[in-house]
Amino acid sequence: MVRHPLSVTPFMVSPNHPESGPAAARAGNPQSLSDVVIRLAGNSQDGIQSIGGFLSRLAGRSDQEVMTYMTIPSTISGGPSIFQVRMGNGDILSAGDRADMLVAFYQHSYDAHVGSLRPGGVLIYDTDHVKPAADDHRFTQVPIPITSATVEAVGGTSKDKGKNMFVLGLLARIFDLDVEKLTALVKERFGGKNEDVVRNAMLAFDSGYAWPQNNLRDLFYRFEAVERTGPAGRPQVTMDGNMALTYGLLAGGVRHGAGYPITPWSSIMEQLRTELPKYGGLFVQCEDEIASISTALGFSYTGHLAVTGSAGPGLSLKMEALSWAVMAEMPLIVVNVQRGGPSTGMPTNVEQSDLMQAIYGSHGDTPRVVLAPKNVEDCFYVALEATRIAREYSTPVLILTDQGLSSRIEAFDEPDLGSLMVEPKPDLSDRGADYQPYPLGRITHHAPPGTRIGSGKYPIVTGLEHDELGHPTGSPKLHQQMTAKRREKIKQLARSLPAPEQTGDSSGEVLLVTWGSNWGPGREALTRIRRAGVRSGHLHLRHLHPLPTGLGEIFSRYHKIVVAELNDEGLYGFGQLAMMLRAALANPNIVSVTKTDGLTFKVSEIVAGVARHIESTALDATLGAAPQSVLSRS
Amino acid sequence: MSSSAPTLAAPAAPAGAPLTKKALTADHPTWCPGCGDFAVLAAFYRVLEKLNYPHEKIVTFAGIGCSSRFPYFVNTHGGHYIHGRALPFAAGISLGSDDLHVFVFGGDGDGFSIGGNHLVHTARKNVNLTYVIMDNSVYGLTKKQTSPTSPIGFKTKTDPTGAFDQPINPMRALLNSGATFVARSHATQVNHMIDMMLRAAKHDGFSVVEILSECVEFYEGAFDAANPRKGGAWKLVDEKKHDGTPEDAARHDPSDELGAMKLALEAWPGSFGVFYENNQRPTKNKLEAGLIARTREKTKGAADLDLLKASFARLR
Repeated sequence: MVRHPLSVTPFMVSPNHPESGPAAARAGNPQSLSDVVIRLAGNSQDGIQSIGGFLSRLAGRSDQEVMTYMTIPSTISGGPSIFQVRMGNGDILSAGDRADMLVAFYQHSYDAHVGSLRPGGVLIYDTDHVKPAADDHRFTQVPIPITSATVEAVGGTSKDKGKNMFVLGLLARIFDLDVEKLTALVKERFGGKNEDVVRNAMLAFDSGYAWPQNNLRDLFYRFEAVERTGPAGRPQVTMDGNMALTYGLLAGGVRHGAGYPITPWSSIMEQLRTELPKYGGLFVQCEDEIASISTALGFSYTGHLAVTGSAGPGLSLKMEALSWAVMAEMPLIVVNVQRGGPSTGMPTNVEQSDLMQAIYGSHGDTPRVVLAPKNVEDCFYVALEATRIAREYSTPVLILTDQGLSSRIEAFDEPDLGSLMVEPKPDLSDRGADYQPYPLGRITHHAPPGTRIGSGKYPIVTGLEHDELGHPTGSPKLHQQMTAKRREKIKQLARSLPAPEQTGDSSGEVLLVTWGSNWGPGREALTRIRRAGVRSGHLHLRHLHPLPTGLGEIFSRYHKIVVAELNDEGLYGFGQLAMMLRAALANPNIVSVTKTDGLTFKVSEIVAGVARHIESTALDATLGAAPQSVLSRS
Repeated sequence: MSSSAPTLAAPAAPAGAPLTKKALTADHPTWCPGCGDFAVLAAFYRVLEKLNYPHEKIVTFAGIGCSSRFPYFVNTHGGHYIHGRALPFAAGISLGSDDLHVFVFGGDGDGFSIGGNHLVHTARKNVNLTYVIMDNSVYGLTKKQTSPTSPIGFKTKTDPTGAFDQPINPMRALLNSGATFVARSHATQVNHMIDMMLRAAKHDGFSVVEILSECVEFYEGAFDAANPRKGGAWKLVDEKKHDGTPEDAARHDPSDELGAMKLALEAWPGSFGVFYENNQRPTKNKLEAGLIARTREKTKGAADLDLLKASFARLR
């Protein structure tokens, strides 16, 4: 089945927009759809995140693709909050530019989010709180007294608690969701609490589900059935990026860690604190960021590869210790969940502005490894790969994830844990008389304390420049040799890296380059750009430092290399990755599409950005007289 | 930077052979002639000889400063870290591998200034390791700036007219932070240092020995007030002997926190000895091990792979 882009497929049939599809589907004869974007807008205490969570997990259990987008206010409790879920049965790559359906709990939800609803979409609003513009005929309006209907259904003193479950029931009816599976999920979720909680939740759910059909304006849909193409025998799992990253670390044999709370990293350390003791390991909450990386390095020194992590400002605090780790060649995993910066910035928004900090943000020449996951599933695999690289090359490895990935819920094929999981133990075997902690010409592999050294000379791990035995040296020659040793092992890693993922035309006018969570929007943007007749490709980088080899050759096959990233164009007009690629490859055709609004890229923003660059060159002719109009139609 | 060549080490002694000073000696110390730290190093060799731990199980670790060069001069597993952060690193060593004997060395700047926060939290968490602070009341490595223990009136390059900020009282700070073993010694009293470090090493928990160690280059005579050979008064803590004699009632019981605080508040140069020892409070090492044991009891000690598979099964 060929899936059409959002903008041309009428998922919803609106009586206000009969041209958007065939006549409105009747009840009992649901309209078929391949995917849908639902935005729930309310306050954070309304539990709309749990509606999103239920829908995501249901989609996962139904072998549907799912992706979510969540904003949480940075205030302590309460405040406007949204959860956007896109579910369907194709490849879901982004959370969707515009919503097909908006559920507005409050007037402020309506005011702030009605603009995100596409014309022809469905607006469900709580008549107890929302008065929509009466003359707005762009949408199918479905007024429902969500609050009073919930109070009536649940009764007692629960007030309007359970509105979320009412809406979940409503959506289950509209989208013909599997109520049995959904009910099972609700019972699992509230099972630990007392029976009243489950009962009230189900009362509200049933009430929403049974909302009179004729009041729903015949909005009934069913997802097209599609054959599963995933690996046989492994079901889908549904989780957010931070959770996937945590499990990737566990699968990679990380049993020790240390951290300090900071949004959006905290949930990783909370999970590790809970999970690690099961595995006989431990996670220490330290007094500050510096102590965290120091304690983690102490663990690594004893032969237990350890993790520490933070978000932007915390990573800055860890930088001196990170330099020590490079100098002492100590393996370590450092997770950085990027958020809007600088300083406290926009702590609950997304940005990719820590790339330069991750790669270069230390004193001295400190080559180290930086990886970035492309989606929630990849958080698992990148964490796993980070553990392998850290051990093999005895180096700190930074994982640059971001706020968008951290809380986004996606469904993906359960990893083949049996074949992936590693459980290395510290190597305390006797070392020979020729043991050296810092041999020139070979990669360092430390002998953890507890190891007997055949020569009787015990090694020192140190931040001073040192000789091969770890003793301090002021020798100019040795400093040069040791600097090269630390550099060459990272270059050796570069040569072993797989070619980056590349889709679309292998040569042409444009190569779109993305990193991190821009992978999905980038892939979708490429589809639109190619449909507009532009020969183009998409290349995604998971390994940011070192870069994989061969990029120069790939880039030479395109007229323009457009790097889309969520950071500022800076003083010289280039985003951080674009700047680095230009420096590394000296290719003047590398240009930037950047933004810093704290939100993930919309597909249309990337397409428009690419169009701007093409328009500005002789390639205009290729696109025809009006390149803008061709591309911006999407 | 040190330019001295590493000394030739003896071949590895067979397992179980007594640990000797010869086997423990590494690089020749880079300290200035006359530095108090030489005596601390000599005393520490004696301590290790007496403890006779398996050689490979000893770790010496340090931050930055003159005294923090210590690990280069002791032939054991060891490390030289960044300024002020040796304690959290050493906590990782201690918690990561519970059968190691971890000794951290540092000065007053490392411990009370840039690393002050870590001292407080390592103390309150009672991580099992021994911390020897060589306090010289001046920044020596950087050539005479005011330190957190410099007395009021001491003239340095950063306080040419005399320091006027209130100095830290190390004993009081350590007691306040909840350290479970707090002792004080003087680099001119070798036997006393050995005794204090031995008791600190044997203490199960965070043990600290502050040693007044003179910097002959930048603060000569700093601790003469407690040096009988320079006319000072060497006053030992009169420790309770539990012998039932009437005079024993007046002696100091190291488990008495209030009594320890009284000692800490004595006028300069004060007393020397074990101010405080608390053997009741469990170490973080034990508490974490308990958490692991209780958790693994719940999961019936399931294999790692089964644990992870179960977690994923819950997310289907």
